[in-house]
Amino acid sequence: MKLRSILAAASLAAMATGAQAEGVKVGMITTLSGGGAGLGVDVRDGFMLAVAQSGRDDIEVVIEDDQRKPDVAVQLADKMIQSEKVDVLTGIIWSNLAMAVVPGAVAQGVFYLSPNAGPSPLAGAGCHENYFNVAWQNDNLHEAAGAYANTAGYSNIFILAPNYPAGTDALNGFKRMYEGELSGETYTKLGQTDYAAEIAQIRASGADSVFFFLPGGMGISFLKQYADSGVDLPIIGPAFSFDQGILQAVGAAALGVKNTSQWSKDLDNEANVAFVESFQAEYGRLPSLYASQGFDTANLMISAVEAADVNDKDAFRAALEAADFASTRGDFAFSTNHHPVQDYYVREVIQEGDVFTNKIVGTALTDHADAYVSECAM
Amino acid sequence: MRKEFFLNAALLGVLLAFPLWAWSVDEPYLITLATRAIVFAIAGIGLNFALGFGGLVSLGHAAFFGLGGYVMGVLAFHAQTYTPVMGWPLVINGTKSMPTIWLIAIALSALLAVGIGALSLRTSGVYFIMITLAFAQMLYYFTISWPTYGGEDGLSIYVRNGFPGLNTMDPIQFFAICYAILLIVLAFVFAASRSPFGLALGASRQNEERIQAVGQVPFRLYLTAFAISGAITGLAGALFADLNRFISPTMFSWQTSGEIMIFVILGGVGRVFGPVAGAVLFILLEHTLGGLSEFWHIYLGAILLGVVLFARGGLYGMVAGREVAHD
Amino acid sequence: MSLILFIEQALNGLQYGVMLFLMAAGLTLVFGVMGLINLAHGSLYMIGAFAAAAVAGATGSFLLALVASLVCAAFAGVLVEFFVIRRLYDRDHLDQVLATFALILIFSEGTRWIFGSFPLFLDKPDWLSGTVMLPFGIEYSLYRLWIILVGLLVAAGLFWMIGRTRIGIRIRAGENDREMIAALGVNISLLYTFVFALGAALAGLAGALIGAIQSVQVGMGEPVLILAFVVIVIGGIGSIKGALVGAILVGLTDTLGRSFLPSFFGLFLEPSSAMSIGASLSSMSIYLLMIGVLLFRPKGLFGGI
Repeated sequence: MKLRSILAAASLAAMATGAQAEGVKVGMITTLSGGGAGLGVDVRDGFMLAVAQSGRDDIEVVIEDDQRKPDVAVQLADKMIQSEKVDVLTGIIWSNLAMAVVPGAVAQGVFYLSPNAGPSPLAGAGCHENYFNVAWQNDNLHEAAGAYANTAGYSNIFILAPNYPAGTDALNGFKRMYEGELSGETYTKLGQTDYAAEIAQIRASGADSVFFFLPGGMGISFLKQYADSGVDLPIIGPAFSFDQGILQAVGAAALGVKNTSQWSKDLDNEANVAFVESFQAEYGRLPSLYASQGFDTANLMISAVEAADVNDKDAFRAALEAADFASTRGDFAFSTNHHPVQDYYVREVIQEGDVFTNKIVGTALTDHADAYVSECAM
Repeated sequence: MRKEFFLNAALLGVLLAFPLWAWSVDEPYLITLATRAIVFAIAGIGLNFALGFGGLVSLGHAAFFGLGGYVMGVLAFHAQTYTPVMGWPLVINGTKSMPTIWLIAIALSALLAVGIGALSLRTSGVYFIMITLAFAQMLYYFTISWPTYGGEDGLSIYVRNGFPGLNTMDPIQFFAICYAILLIVLAFVFAASRSPFGLALGASRQNEERIQAVGQVPFRLYLTAFAISGAITGLAGALFADLNRFISPTMFSWQTSGEIMIFVILGGVGRVFGPVAGAVLFILLEHTLGGLSEFWHIYLGAILLGVVLFARGGLYGMVAGREVAHD
Repeated sequence: MSLILFIEQALNGLQYGVMLFLMAAGLTLVFGVMGLINLAHGSLYMIGAFAAAAVAGATGSFLLALVASLVCAAFAGVLVEFFVIRRLYDRDHLDQVLATFALILIFSEGTRWIFGSFPLFLDKPDWLSGTVMLPFGIEYSLYRLWIILVGLLVAAGLFWMIGRTRIGIRIRAGENDREMIAALGVNISLLYTFVFALGAALAGLAGALIGAIQSVQVGMGEPVLILAFVVIVIGGIGSIKGALVGAILVGLTDTLGRSFLPSFFGLFLEPSSAMSIGASLSSMSIYLLMIGVLLFRPKGLFGGI
């Protein structure tokens, strides 16, 4: 029952299964069909690019589509752990899927490297020695936005997010750092497409700025309608709504907007320059935030494979904790709860020729961990 | 009839033999896959009771599936965290015992079905389809924005609930539980469909006036059928939650309602075993097509379309002939 | 809460309702004439938006994009009607639901296969950008006003077509007695294809118009589809007037609920729980509305018989 396996390289260990010391088998569960597929495709492409560049032929990657359904993701994780006998799992995009898969997976002894989702329970009381987050804790980018709002001198901001856990986390994260007043706080419906009512509230609230977290199509709709409404208060948001994949769909409506991110394609370090160039050469498009996270996740794993044998769990874990790889974000380290300690930047949406993209205009937070480290008993 | 009997036997046989084989070659995932098919089959049997026997096209059975799941999730969550579900007016504690959870899931789903049914059955046709959908959507949005049990993130239950004398974490033992429940549900539905109630229900579906003329009240028949239907689907929801050790609002989504309906139609509407065949076929399709291409939904859609257009009566209609008309 | 804000929100509700009407009109027409539940109506909406985005991207003309959305969606409608839908008229609703559910899968993944996984860009033209000042000092988006206008024109056009033209007479006759009008020599199969294509074109137009201020992406049709169903069920299936009234009711309920329920609960609850209860209740409000309507009028407001 081989359903879909992409052999990244012909596995030398193919003749014997099971107790083989060489190489590593990776299971990637990510979203490749339906509306959210763009993110999964980017993570996969970034990850596979790094695997190919490593030149190692002992890394086997099995990729499956979770269809963005938690129950499917759980089934796939069971399959990969029990039947495919993978050593490392990765790939999940959405927090709710991560919450469904990760606790069970790490309890069965595999490593989980998160290339995107970072729900707070997994950073705090639910942290686990085999769980590593290579992207960010969910609150981080919003905290950075809150910090930026202070430096930008905003003192009466209107904040909005969808009414679901990641939305509540986002607003809480923002408020954790933000020191000014709130002129309003609104939760929208998940999947909402029309924001006329919220924009009217913003207009009436007397705010001096707006912070929003509306991932995917919701953000595109909001930005287009906001630009059309005549309300011209400055907006800030996390990078998700200003990422390479969707920026072209927002167009000029996003120009000049400040957003916070741990990565940007113009970050000037050797690893990133090489990554951006090779990604473009390989796939013919600019890399996105998600692609960079997939790429970093793979490189972290490769660095651990080079340092230790995956069957020696303690050594492999120590090698992961060392995070001895050239991250596209520059400095990267793990905090005690296995979540990143990294810098968060402020980017501005600009136009380069026909392409909308971001450039870094400042740093919001330096060597920032997350608010849940102390709750993690590890 | 004869062909249908053999098909039923073969289906049950394969459903039992396949996991046993998987167990012997140590492929626990395949056992889980078979368990999933069985749980889906039970959900489909539930819908089929309303849809096939009563002619009630409900596009809101996710409401019961989800409720069953949340019964399991909420009870197990409170047992896991040692907090009472309710402290007032009477103290209710959580539980990790499967039979208790099942009973509560069945009872609450039946109750919800009576409530939804009593309101929805005032309408018919497309209005009925849409009002059932509306109820499920309400529950969907409610669970998403209800933070206590995880909202959209859902809720993980780390250890499967217990069943006296069995180790439920062992895939084959959990499979056995689900298989036994499938048999019980099938037997119940088979008996019910041949009981005076079942016959009156079928007659009422075909001609309401005649059934009124013999002194039956169609509304009561439909409501009873809807309640039984909801209860069975709710039970399936509780099992599904235990299978994944996870619940989320997705269980309430309209796609879930659509999928349950697909099991019924793929297998054959109004046949006792239809949903079993449908669920098995669906799982099979999902796992073979998923390997073909990133765009496998296209093939799935084409196959479903083919079934509707050219294989009326689903799998059973194709193989066993059109002995049971569903219209 | 000021009166001005209330008026502005009511206008937003009206405008949202008109957007829903564009989508619901085709749906209710197809159901009224052919008795067909078409879940794939949302896919036609998506096709319209994608066609408009592609053409606008290539030519830069918004009007051409609108034309493209009408043509492509109508063409897709004709194809689907000819190969699939036509076989479903005599089937029960169940088969129709499943077949059109299958069409959603095919259309969604097919679109993703052609256009990729990323959202497309579609913007309103410059001559419709910006805002206008309305009485009472309400600053309102010109494009949204324009959508209200187009929606009302479409409604008027449909009323005129159904009520005053020969084809409208046939459509009404087809709703009442399809055997009879076939016997009278009307090519019923052609009529059905026409009605389906018209419904599809309306969905496509809605997709293009709305796509300009929303996100053009795979799966954009489904949420709107469910709303459109709520609309036509409230209005009474088959009734254009019902669709218009239903759409505006839904638009107003949703918009006003969203904007005022949280502050209403804030009057007697602490802010954070008022916020979340208000938000939850407002996301359920239109379904509550629909259930309420159906309890008193099981066939919708204008469901007639």
